[in-house]
Amino acid sequence: MQVHKYDVIVVGAGGSGLMSALYAKKNALGSVAVISKLYPTRSHTGAAQGGVGAALGNVDEDHWEWHMFDTIKGGDYLTDQDAAEIFAKDVIEAVLELEHMGLPFSRLPNGKIAQRRFGGHTREFGKAPVHRACYAADRTGHMILQTLYQQSIKQGVTFYNEYVVLDLILEDDIEGKVCKGVVAYELASGEMHTFHAKSVVLASGGNGRMFKVTSNAHALTGDLTSIAYRRGIPLEDMEFYQFHPTGLYKLGVLLTEGVRGEGGILRNSSGERFMERYAPTIKDLAPRDIVSRSMYFEIREGRGCGPNKDYIHLDVTHIDPKILEERLPDIMDFSRTYLRVEPTKEPVPIQPTAHYTMGGIPTTLDGEVIYGTTNDTKVRGLFAAGEVACVSLHGANRLGTNSLGDLIVFGRRAGVTAAKYANKTELEPLPLDADQRALDLVNRTKNASGKESVAKIRLEMQQTMQDNASVFRTEETLSSQVEILRGLIERYKNIGITDRGERFNTELLEAIELGFLLDNAEALVHSALNRRESRGAHAREDYTERNDTQFLKHTMCYQLEPGKTEIRWKDVVLGKYEPKPRTY
Amino acid sequence: MQAVFKIRRFNPEKDKKPYWAEYTLEVDAKDRVLDILNQIKWELDGSLAFRRSCAHGICGSDAMLINGKNRLACKVLMMDLGGNTVTVEPIRGLAVEKDLIVDMRPFFESYEAVMPFFINDDPAPAREHLQSPEDRDIYDASTKCILCACCTTSCPIFWVNGSYLGPAAIVQAHRFIFDSRDKGGAARLAMLNQNTGVWRCRSAYNCTEACPRDIPITDVIGQVKRAILYSNT
Repeated sequence: MQVHKYDVIVVGAGGSGLMSALYAKKNALGSVAVISKLYPTRSHTGAAQGGVGAALGNVDEDHWEWHMFDTIKGGDYLTDQDAAEIFAKDVIEAVLELEHMGLPFSRLPNGKIAQRRFGGHTREFGKAPVHRACYAADRTGHMILQTLYQQSIKQGVTFYNEYVVLDLILEDDIEGKVCKGVVAYELASGEMHTFHAKSVVLASGGNGRMFKVTSNAHALTGDLTSIAYRRGIPLEDMEFYQFHPTGLYKLGVLLTEGVRGEGGILRNSSGERFMERYAPTIKDLAPRDIVSRSMYFEIREGRGCGPNKDYIHLDVTHIDPKILEERLPDIMDFSRTYLRVEPTKEPVPIQPTAHYTMGGIPTTLDGEVIYGTTNDTKVRGLFAAGEVACVSLHGANRLGTNSLGDLIVFGRRAGVTAAKYANKTELEPLPLDADQRALDLVNRTKNASGKESVAKIRLEMQQTMQDNASVFRTEETLSSQVEILRGLIERYKNIGITDRGERFNTELLEAIELGFLLDNAEALVHSALNRRESRGAHAREDYTERNDTQFLKHTMCYQLEPGKTEIRWKDVVLGKYEPKPRTY
Repeated sequence: MQAVFKIRRFNPEKDKKPYWAEYTLEVDAKDRVLDILNQIKWELDGSLAFRRSCAHGICGSDAMLINGKNRLACKVLMMDLGGNTVTVEPIRGLAVEKDLIVDMRPFFESYEAVMPFFINDDPAPAREHLQSPEDRDIYDASTKCILCACCTTSCPIFWVNGSYLGPAAIVQAHRFIFDSRDKGGAARLAMLNQNTGVWRCRSAYNCTEACPRDIPITDVIGQVKRAILYSNT
């Protein structure tokens, strides 16, 4: 086995990973490296479109307190208010820092960063939509990813590209738990590498590929959430999974909320602007959970569009085509390329698409991973940020643009904390069999010669998750999904693959990734079954009201064995904004 | 509809030389080529290797030669190809590692050579640098680049002379040279004035034709050429 030694290892090269790496590099006395399953510029941060919210006030009057409030209300009061406060303050400076790194934001006539409206972002605590999303046309995420990668080159960050992390080196000792590194599989050669490190930052993104219709890249298979979960770290609030209202019909390709920010309107089969009924004040710019549910109500009542009445129209035909081409060029292109629909002339068929997990690996405000239900149970040497983590900024439902803000604010904090921890720590000796689990996983999977097909099991998981655990849920659908997943986990033990080679064995990779996805799905469904209320993105048709007496708390889902979990609870950090009914 | 996919395959672990593998399958006219490659991998031959991630033309993983043209497999639909037989080969000019996967390292080395990062050593302003929409617009097209390598690996000069930095690296340099906030232009122009730089370009327009992001690459290279000429006079 090959062993590499670093002070700080960052897993993942999207926005949070690169931000962590840059700040670790700036603060660490020793070496920093990034491990990525992809080439860094392929990371899914690059697919984010509409903007990053920060109260710059370049267009309208705005204040960080308003942003903080919107984030908490958007999260249906499950947001930790200390996280929201740090976030709303720091994201202003973080956006300016990105500009100082050269990020090509779109500009206002006076030369300042352009801002647009976005769902759930309001002035004066809910009175009207506010221009808060700082944007670079409709490729803000692309520009953030490019800019941070450019800076990483400038700062000489070391990258291990197309290395797949398969295990955390995690040990129990008298003081609790300690992380000593990661084990990664080099896709090009099939070799296993042990990365021995003082600090490990997990920044590997989401898990949307557990659903059939998703905006997520093929690579988003929840690898590190699964690995942490298998290693005894709980997953927090996994039942809160966001469905973005405007995915391209059947494909799930994302069309930014910025389309509605620029004036786009959702219409049902009779052409009615139905959001006026569900959110009279901010209409089409209501938060995503509310809009996605409203769309489902319309479809269920028979007011969906098309021959099967199963989609909704996104209408931009009333907007000046010049503005569309200038501010939303990629959106125009996606509609034309994939649906052959000309958005300037006809409405675009859309449906909700699995988009973002609010839950993940629990951390403190400084990105320190915790394994218990209180912040004093830190895993020494282990940190997390971005979509893989749960800090919890987004609570039960993330507001649009707040994912990009999360990456830069909490990615930075995790990088700084990881570096400082490494600076005062000695490299602890590795266990003798540090890479054994990863080797076993690869050998077992590569030689799998059972009758079950990885592709079939994956598709069944995706279809049933979509049917039973997406926008609406009941005791019945969730219980049935628990059993379905148990069955799929059993069948997964009997998969077969054909490629036994060392070089770019992507068949092996997909099989391992399916195992990761099944863990993510399990944590989601078990957590959802246990939460007998409706809050944010978690809508139970059998418990339609939010129940603060019983459930104003974070779910902590532990895996006892595959198919079997234990749910504990963690307190929500409350603050100056008291939970109130959530209307828009 | 039924489609026949002819895929150029090569696994140096076991094959002496590349060969054509043929797959016949039922597809939909609106399927992306990537969907069909996945279908082949998932149903017919799991060992077929290709890169893919976002599947909608943003991450730049799946550049390949489709019916003789450099394309992203996720941005070409079956109905665009005007026939039932489709050939798929790895992009040219980079070593094949397995099937449709090529060694991207030389491509990224050329990218890094042009100093693809913001250079401005002045103390940062308290707020943002100001930039007019007009100044922002000058380099807008080159900010769209996703580093997929469709352009560079369609360039006939690059095929015969691998030391040419190639269109993608020049687009990246352009993005900074023409950014009113950046101060590294002179160093980049000097770099691109060398014999590995812009003068290798013979305006074949292959790069422009291949770009999945509609960047007018040949024009962009022309702007850099002119900037070098004017900065020397």
